[in-house]
Amino acid sequence: MVIFMMQSFTKENARNIFYGGTVFFLLLFLNLAFNTSVLLPKQERYENTKIKQQVAFGKVLWDNNNCIGCHSFLGDGAYFAPELGNIYQRYNNNIDGIKRFIRSRPDDGIILRRSMPQFNFTEGKLDALAEFLKYSSQVDTNKWPPTKEG
Amino acid sequence: MCLKYQTQSVAKPYFIASIILFAVQISFGLILGLQYVIGDFLFPELPFNIIRMAHTNTMIFGLLFGFMGAAYYIVPEEAETELLAPWLAWLIFGLFTITVIVTIASYLAIPYSQLVELTKDKLFPTMGREYMEQPTIVKLAISVLNLLFIINIWGTTLKGKKTGINSLIILGLFTSALLFLFSLYNPTNLVLNKFYWWWMAHFWFEAVWLLIISAMLAFVLIRITGINRDIVEKWLYIIATMIFVTGFISIGHHYYWIGAPKYWQWWGSAFSLMQPIPLFLIALFVFTMVRKRQIEHPNKAALLWVTGTAVIAFLGAGLWGLIHTLAPINYFTHGTQIEVAYTHIAIYGAYAMTIFMMISYAMPTLRNRKANNERAQVVEMWSFWLLTLSMVFATIFLTIAGVLQVYMQRYTDVPQPFMVVQERIAFFYWLREFVGVIFLIGFIVYVASFFVKQHRRLD
Ligand code: HEC
Ligand code: HEM
Ligand SMILES: [Fe+2]
Repeated sequence: MVIFMMQSFTKENARNIFYGGTVFFLLLFLNLAFNTSVLLPKQERYENTKIKQQVAFGKVLWDNNNCIGCHSFLGDGAYFAPELGNIYQRYNNNIDGIKRFIRSRPDDGIILRRSMPQFNFTEGKLDALAEFLKYSSQVDTNKWPPTKEG
Repeated sequence: MCLKYQTQSVAKPYFIASIILFAVQISFGLILGLQYVIGDFLFPELPFNIIRMAHTNTMIFGLLFGFMGAAYYIVPEEAETELLAPWLAWLIFGLFTITVIVTIASYLAIPYSQLVELTKDKLFPTMGREYMEQPTIVKLAISVLNLLFIINIWGTTLKGKKTGINSLIILGLFTSALLFLFSLYNPTNLVLNKFYWWWMAHFWFEAVWLLIISAMLAFVLIRITGINRDIVEKWLYIIATMIFVTGFISIGHHYYWIGAPKYWQWWGSAFSLMQPIPLFLIALFVFTMVRKRQIEHPNKAALLWVTGTAVIAFLGAGLWGLIHTLAPINYFTHGTQIEVAYTHIAIYGAYAMTIFMMISYAMPTLRNRKANNERAQVVEMWSFWLLTLSMVFATIFLTIAGVLQVYMQRYTDVPQPFMVVQERIAFFYWLREFVGVIFLIGFIVYVASFFVKQHRRLD
């Protein structure tokens, strides 16, 4: 910590290092971020436009019902309920299984067990949510999560 | 009169609001902890996600009130002039308080999807994401109030003296308000959405708020150690440099597994490996200043908070962050109880404790005395230990839970389902709930310390 004791190293020097360092690393970061935000939309792939619309609608339902407040999703979110980014694989690529689970939640929960609400989704909404979850399972996550249990 | 400038007194309602919100946050936290082990507790009226958003939002609002109070106290004294517009500070306080109460109450009063409809989220969808659950109109209101707040304190510095502490606290508060605007950006593309979601979360917690608390620490240290401003601010600028140099690109540690390009594993790991450096420097700074102090300030409780926050911020954010930040390790720990353990000690150590420190230093002067009486200080120090130790133990219990979870769910040859694993580690959740109650008791002791009077001496 000699540097702090040196008389010749003044507060003004330190301030200039701060502004210089900040600008340099901010620009470096923005450069990387720009590269990423150009690459990402190119990775989007949908079988057809109907699916594309369903996935978009599924994302709206996902947000409007705050699923992330209990579940983790690609590891972000809450840690109270199972990871859903790979639910499609966990349910052996069975969309109906996912829909059945969401549809069958009891209104009053399950005694003493962590419970998921009954959202009373219409069939169309269930389809959209399931397509959204399937879509998320196809994101290239560098092989995360380590096992299908999430 | 103990205040240097009369208008510093607007800080008081902000500090009180911050303390009240902290109380509410703790109460919701205890409910969440109970729901972890008694799954259907309060179900279906108040499901976990609703209590969680009330808990995290009161945290954010409480910290914002704390930062604002700190700024109203610090900026005039540093600039050596009265606040630009004290009436505006009061107006912002009133409007912000109403906004917060209405927001939290609306979470609890109606199902979330109804709130979404009621506030016409469809017109401009922003709701439903972690930390960003507030209705769009609330987000706009907060942004406007933030802007007015910045104008008020920035205007104050324009008519007064310029100091390093003021420059950095205002830079921190301004960028914090700017980053909140990302809550209004909600792209449909899932990966892009996560990519920008982290701009608010990571840069708040791990960059610009650290700047704010460093300035707060420097302010208090100058006053309670009597050390020359030039030395303190030299440290402050070096710490701030390291915060930003390491803090920007380390956002990559959130991009390992969400579909972002793979190069983030290298950038994220390399830069967040260096992230403990600024936290280490903060600890070194605080201890060096305290050791070389020129005066003995009568406020011993504030001194305890200063040194405590330096230690816990380093261990909690720095060390506990470090252990799971490298990509190959984060592969196993991401999204487990390890993260819960670490976020609690990090936020408590870096932010809750600095706000307690600020209140501890400032509140006596706002109540017309240089320091609280000795008995009150002793009670406050008791609350320091109760709060801090119970949080440390909560961290330990949750870390054990996290390691077990990683092992059973992700590491063995026969991985168990999430819900099975949760039941098997429930014992540690009970321990967490127990220390949570101690934390609440510590908090009650803290509040009580404001009302403790000196014994009348009989001799
Ligand atoms: C209040 C908390 C909560 C909310 C909100 C919630 N869930 Fe759940 N969810 C749970 C819990 C708890 C489980 C595990 C239930 C069980 O195993 O009995 C679960 C399980 C699931 C499963 C099955 C996971 C598996 O591995 O078997 C799916 C699929 C699911 N939820 C989808 C959703 C969707 C979609 C939403 C939003 C519309 C949602 N959840 C919102 C708590 C919640
Ligand atoms: C004051 C300092 C810090 C605070 C308050 C803080 C806070 C947080 C919070 C709240 C999250 C979780 C966000 C969420 O999912 O909701 C988080 C994630 C994370 N932080 Fe920090 N942090 C701090 C410093 C650090 C440091 C120094 C490091 C590394 C050395 C670090 C590494 C990480 C990592 C790796 C994650 C992601 C964990 C995962 O998702 O797997 N943090 N931080
Ligand atoms: Fe981070």
